[in-house]
Amino acid sequence: MMTLFTVAWHSLMSRKKTVILTFLSLCISIVVLLSVEHIRLQAKESFNRSISGVDLIVGAPSGQLNMLLYSVFRMGNPTKNIKYESFEMLQTHALVEWAIPISLGDSHRGFRVMGTNDTYFSHYQYADKQTLDVVEGSQFKHMFDAVIGADVPTTLGYKVNDSIIIAHGIVGTSFTQHEHAPFVVSGILAATGTPVDKTVHISLEAIEAVHLSPTALKKLVNNPTSAQLRPDSVTSVMLGLSSKFATFGMQRDLNNYANDRLMAILPGVAMSELWTMMATVENLLRAISALVLVSSLFGLATMLMASMNERQAEIAVLRVLGAGPFTIMLLVMFESLILVCTSLIVAISGLKLILLSLDDWLASEFGLFLSDNVVSPHIANLSGLVILATLVVSLYPAIEAYRKALHMQLVGE
Amino acid sequence: MSLTALKIENMNYTYFKKEAAVLSIAEWQVQCGERLFLHGDSGSGKTTFLHLLCGIIVPSNGRIVLFDLEINTLPNRKRDLFRAKNIGVVFQKFNLIPYLTVAKNIELAAFFANDSGFNNEHLVVKNRASTLLENLNLPLDVLNKQVMHLSTGQQQRVAIVRALINQPKLLLVDEPTSALDASARDAFMDQLLYLCDLYNTTLIFVSHDLSLSKYFDRQVNMSSLNSPRQAVSI
Repeated sequence: MMTLFTVAWHSLMSRKKTVILTFLSLCISIVVLLSVEHIRLQAKESFNRSISGVDLIVGAPSGQLNMLLYSVFRMGNPTKNIKYESFEMLQTHALVEWAIPISLGDSHRGFRVMGTNDTYFSHYQYADKQTLDVVEGSQFKHMFDAVIGADVPTTLGYKVNDSIIIAHGIVGTSFTQHEHAPFVVSGILAATGTPVDKTVHISLEAIEAVHLSPTALKKLVNNPTSAQLRPDSVTSVMLGLSSKFATFGMQRDLNNYANDRLMAILPGVAMSELWTMMATVENLLRAISALVLVSSLFGLATMLMASMNERQAEIAVLRVLGAGPFTIMLLVMFESLILVCTSLIVAISGLKLILLSLDDWLASEFGLFLSDNVVSPHIANLSGLVILATLVVSLYPAIEAYRKALHMQLVGE
Repeated sequence: MSLTALKIENMNYTYFKKEAAVLSIAEWQVQCGERLFLHGDSGSGKTTFLHLLCGIIVPSNGRIVLFDLEINTLPNRKRDLFRAKNIGVVFQKFNLIPYLTVAKNIELAAFFANDSGFNNEHLVVKNRASTLLENLNLPLDVLNKQVMHLSTGQQQRVAIVRALINQPKLLLVDEPTSALDASARDAFMDQLLYLCDLYNTTLIFVSHDLSLSKYFDRQVNMSSLNSPRQAVSI
């Protein structure tokens, strides 16, 4: 067997030019295929890790996707808020273990501002049930305290105790900047690889304060304890229930709640709806990368076929030495296997290198947290599939070689 | 063991079914140790005949018996193995795989003949190869050269080394000297016959060059051996 491999290897080496071109085309197509798969899986994981342990998200009735996108991913805008009384009702509900209020709609230099309270830091979970971690400074202590996600200081260069200004509206260059509400960075969160990293967290009361009239705000800044600020609405509420079995009943009850128009969604269900929507695009990408691979496999088969004529003499020699037609067929298969396996190795290490070098850029530009661990079981399966496809495709030139070996007499004289 | 190296009985060969036989031999024998000169013009079916003798192709009917073994009835795999072990072949050209070294070419011949899979054959092969190279006046360092860097004369001599490496009982040679000049040809013939004597190998030498017949015990004309029409009428 080893001897045949050596022969196949030398045979490839003797046709360097065509072999190298075929090898490059294989490498590129395998990189495309693997990176599409890797990014697809990682993006899914990256999305799925954004939220964990939340049983229900409650907000104003809209679509469940919309609610998921704005409350978890800070994408798009909430259509409507719900009453603060509804939040209080949820907070005290017998089945509710914890309730995190969320108030959205403002921004700070491109980062979304989210109003919430201390429950957020103690109960919000991401990835595999990990809670948020304040690495520098502390949680909210004063009204104008802000706790910022890990990406905010890296982009804007903030440190604890820096003063920042919160703008009303989403656009960074908003005309209605709340010039007079000076916030102070009180804490910085550890990186999570979720949208939390890109969020500026302030208290619910502070959100109210930001929207006061300039004179009232000025008064409040001078004497923070002067007014008892009471929020009258929140955007949505994340709920942890004491019993998972109560989830559906609770959802039904909230959807039929009489005192406010509420809608409750299950994050997991909404998430899978999101992925069903993405599936078309996903499958399209996969189909394209599969086609790219198939075309370069055809290139490989063409290369082998084209070499078959010049190799007639070589096949004759092998036959004379006692190689059966099957051995000659194997030899051709080995050649394509050697090519594809080396391409796989080069492609996987290449992909790893690319990921290592683009890591930071992808995270900062697209919020994509791709692991550089390319060799997952899925990728291994895929590589197996590539090898299988190679065997199938190279069967044709191999059979051609077999036929040539069998009917050698036709060229003998 | 009988003294008959090769026996052919009522053998016909056709390229395609229903077509007339291109090769048809009623009866023919070669004795063990015989040096036979098979003379024939190009197109007379010499190469096809050699392919039949070494079992790369099988006759449409009739028998080919080599050293008491009817090779046309052997299963393909066994026939290939039989050829690897017992028959050495040297053609006019393209005897070696150009992209391998001389050593690899010789090893490959030993590899196909070695069905037991033992690796200790390696040394035996190496010793045999160096003895053969010496006998053929080839320097030992030729082993590590790539075939394509050798001259034609060297290639033909390496081809003999490769053909004899498994110490075959039968050596089939097809126009090995056509690419050589006169002096190289004579040296080649001397060395070839010397080695056949040394290993007691039966030799069937095919050529259109009648001047070479002086080296042989017996000469046979291809056209007298082959009688296709007669065979078809049978």
